[in-house]
Formats: sequence, structure tokens, C-alpha cells
Amino acid sequence: MRARGLRIVRGGRRGVVVVDGLDLEVLAAQVVGLLGPSGGGKTSLLRAIVGVQQDVSGTLEVLGLPAGDPRLRRRIGYMTQSPSVYADLTVRENLRYFARVVGLGADVREDRVSRVLHDVDLHRLSGRAVGGLSGGERARTSLAIALLGQPDLLVLDEPTVGLDPVLRRDLWALFHGLAANGASLLVSSHVMDEAERCDRLLLLHGGRVLADSTPAAMLAATGTATAEAAFLALVEGGAR
Amino acid sequence: MTVPTGQPTGQPMGQPMGQPTGQPTGQPTGQPTVLRTPLPTVLPTVLPTALRVLRQVRHDHRTIAVLVGLPCVVLGLVAWMFSGTDVLDRFGPVLLGLFPVIVMFLVTSVATLRERQSGTLERLMAGPARRGDVVVGYALAFALVGSAQAVVLTAFTVLVCRMDVTGDLGGVVLVAVLDAVLGTALGLAASAVARTEFQAVQMMPLVLFPQLVTAGLFLPRDQMPAVLEAVSRAMPLTYGIDALQDLAAGASLGDVTGAVGAVVAFIVGALVVGTLTLRRRTP
Repeated sequence: MRARGLRIVRGGRRGVVVVDGLDLEVLAAQVVGLLGPSGGGKTSLLRAIVGVQQDVSGTLEVLGLPAGDPRLRRRIGYMTQSPSVYADLTVRENLRYFARVVGLGADVREDRVSRVLHDVDLHRLSGRAVGGLSGGERARTSLAIALLGQPDLLVLDEPTVGLDPVLRRDLWALFHGLAANGASLLVSSHVMDEAERCDRLLLLHGGRVLADSTPAAMLAATGTATAEAAFLALVEGGAR
Repeated sequence: MTVPTGQPTGQPMGQPMGQPTGQPTGQPTGQPTVLRTPLPTVLPTVLPTALRVLRQVRHDHRTIAVLVGLPCVVLGLVAWMFSGTDVLDRFGPVLLGLFPVIVMFLVTSVATLRERQSGTLERLMAGPARRGDVVVGYALAFALVGSAQAVVLTAFTVLVCRMDVTGDLGGVVLVAVLDAVLGTALGLAASAVARTEFQAVQMMPLVLFPQLVTAGLFLPRDQMPAVLEAVSRAMPLTYGIDALQDLAAGASLGDVTGAVGAVVAFIVGALVVGTLTLRRRTP
């Protein structure tokens, strides 16, 4: 993934510039954390990468193709910030529908649906209507849908918000397992302790990349002990 | 087919994890490949989308009751109020076409707006689904629902309320069904404009009421001022109501093919507009 002079305007004609002059280079097969305070441009950047954001200028290449290229649509799995699922359908009905949308054949569809349900630990709830599930369970349904097509790039907008520590640990293990198998993951979060679980960190603040390093290097550079302290040091240093 | 466990790398949990994704070009050997459906069909996501929408409607029993039951109750009231007169025979067929168009317009515009707000539309637009697939899938599902409504309503009005149609009864059913599809198609086209549910509900009077006024319900169209008469020609609902009025007055289906053709043309046009106004990239 590569960005040069990226500029994103959110909200149409009278919108706000949320990302301005962003440069970025991310290698494949890594779990990259996109961190920063809310309003820092994380979601807009992710939306630009998956090709649903209007008013994007500059260069943005994803998997060697310009962002939004039709060929990318099968190769990217996208999980939006709020769970984008059909509340009046069951978990399994949701997955079956999106399995057909991403073009899974009838012979592998059911296996794939069961597999991702296990991955996100929802197999016991597969017959329940999504509307009756907890926030974390809905978020996991949404994540399972993003995993369905075995995408080369997973773009996950705050996938672990509202989950308990055990589930969060399991999901991060899942993310690293996918990366070990060659997938690239871009995971946004505003929870700083998740930074330590990423291979690489991008700190986004005020529409610019404030830091681009590994968790260990960021701690070393700021002379802090926790990701949260490092983040505060960088944000306050950058604001000056 | 057995579900393989991927390479156990970095897996402290022993929990099964996702299958290998492979490099962009091919799947690693020895691992199962995900077969893409060999469907080079024109619109591959249409049927799944239609079935999904129908499944959503099926889960919602109240909506079904309102969609099918309410028009019957209203027509029953009309029949009761005017019992002993020929009002039902003269205006009943027109009402049979009006209900589906109004109800399906509302249902469709709210349903598509919900799709937009829940983020599922954004997810579909980020994926391989084509814009036309989503629109036509919705149209198909709600056309089926609207047709069921039109058929039940016609059966109720004829069998229970004893409406006597002078013209072709099969033609009345066909036009009522087409009106239902028209309502759906117009709802899909209009939903592009609405940003909130509040606006979506306002679209109904905005789009349909002017059509009702000029459609010749209150005053025959040939007695209207020339400008209004010209306007009425550009309105889709005019043709649906024209056909039903002619059928009520004793025409056969063959006599109203022109009006029926016009309704079909408006349906296609509204679907095209609905597809073109659906944006993959949003602000």
C-alpha cells in the first residue's frame, strides 16, 4: 500500500479536510495498527483505501492497483466501524448472503461460513437474529463477513471495540495467523494498549502521520514505558 | 470437504484460525481453493439479494400483516359504506392499483434507506456487487411482495366485497401488479435523494400526490387545463390509472396495451435512475 500527498475531504462540498498531504508506505503480510484519537482521519483513510470515499486526491495504491479499482473489490475485506449487518436476519443468514455476494461457490459456501463462525467464536449463536445480540457479538458478525472471501487485504475499522480481554486476545491471535499466511491487515483502534499487538504502527493525528514505526521503536524513541504514554508524548510534541 | 486448520503460526490459543489467504495470484498448493461460482451471468447478485430481502420481510410478521391486511380492511370499508350503489364497481379497480403503488413506494424507500444507514450498503459497494444487482434485487423482492398484496386485495374485493368488474378481471390484476412494481421502482429512484428516514417518508407525498392530482381521479384528463393535461402525460401513475379506469368501464386487456406499455417503460426508467444515482463513493 502506498500513498503520496493524499488529501481527503469528508462531507461533500462544504466538507472538512480530514487528511491532508499524507505519505505512507506499508508492506504486505503485516498487521498494521492505525491509531489515533477519534476525528484524526482514521475512518476516512480506511474508506479511501476500500474505495468508498468521495473527494480523495493524491496517489493511493492498494495491492499494486489504484484504490477503488474494480479488481480490488474481491481482494479486500472491509469491516465498517458500526456493525454493518442485517439486524432482522440470523447470524448465519447474514453470512450466507455475503458469501454469495463475494462469489463463493455452492460447494464451499457452507464450509466457509462455519469456518469464519468458529474463527470469531460465534458458532453457538449462529441461529440467533443479529438484532438480539450484544454489541460485541454484532461486531464479530460483521468481522466474520469481512473474513468470508479470504481477502488479501483486511481493512478493519475498530474491530475489537467493546470486546472482553479474552476475546480481544483471541482475535489478535487470529489476525496474526492471517498475516502469517500472507494476508495484510490494517486495523484501526483508538485504544492505545492495542498498539503493542501490531507489527507496525501508524499514528494518525490531525490528518497527518505522526509516527510510523514498530511498537518497540516507538517506546524507545519517546522514552516511555506504555503505548499510551508514548502516544501522549507524540501528540503533545506534534501539537507544539 | 474437511475444514483445514491453517499453519499454526503465532497461535497461542489453539483456536482455529482463518484459512491461508495466499498470494494475490494463486492459492498455495495443498490448500483448498475457494471456488468462485462459475456464474458469468449478467447480474450475479440479483437473486441472492432478492432472497435476502424477502427473508427480512418474512421475519417481520407485523409488516406482512399490514401490507396484506390493511388494504383489504380499507376496501372493505368502502364497500360497506357504498353498499347498494355501483361506487365499488366503478372506482374499486382504480383503488386496487392505488394501494400497491403507495404502499410499495413507502416500504421500498424506507427499506433502502435502512440499508444505507446500517452500513450494509457501504459494505456491498466496497465489495464485488454491482450497483444494478442491488437495485434489481430489491425491485424483484418487493415486486413479489407487491404482487402478493395486489392479488390478495383483488381476490378479497371480488369474492368478499362482491365487486363486479365489467372489463377484463385478469387485466385488472395485471395492472395492479405492475402498479406495485412501479411503486417499488419509484421508491428506489427516490431513495437516492433522501438522507434520513424523515425525508424518506416525505418523498411519498412529494412524488405521488402530484401524480394523483393529475391522473384523472378527480377530473377527467380531457377536461383539464392544457398545461395540466400535458403534465399528466409525463407522470407514470397516469397510465396505470387510465388502464384501470378503462378496464372498469368494460375494456379488455388488448384495449389498454398502450397504457400498460407506458407503465412498463416507466418501471425500467425508474430502475435505471435508481442504479445511476446509487453511488459507490459517498462523501
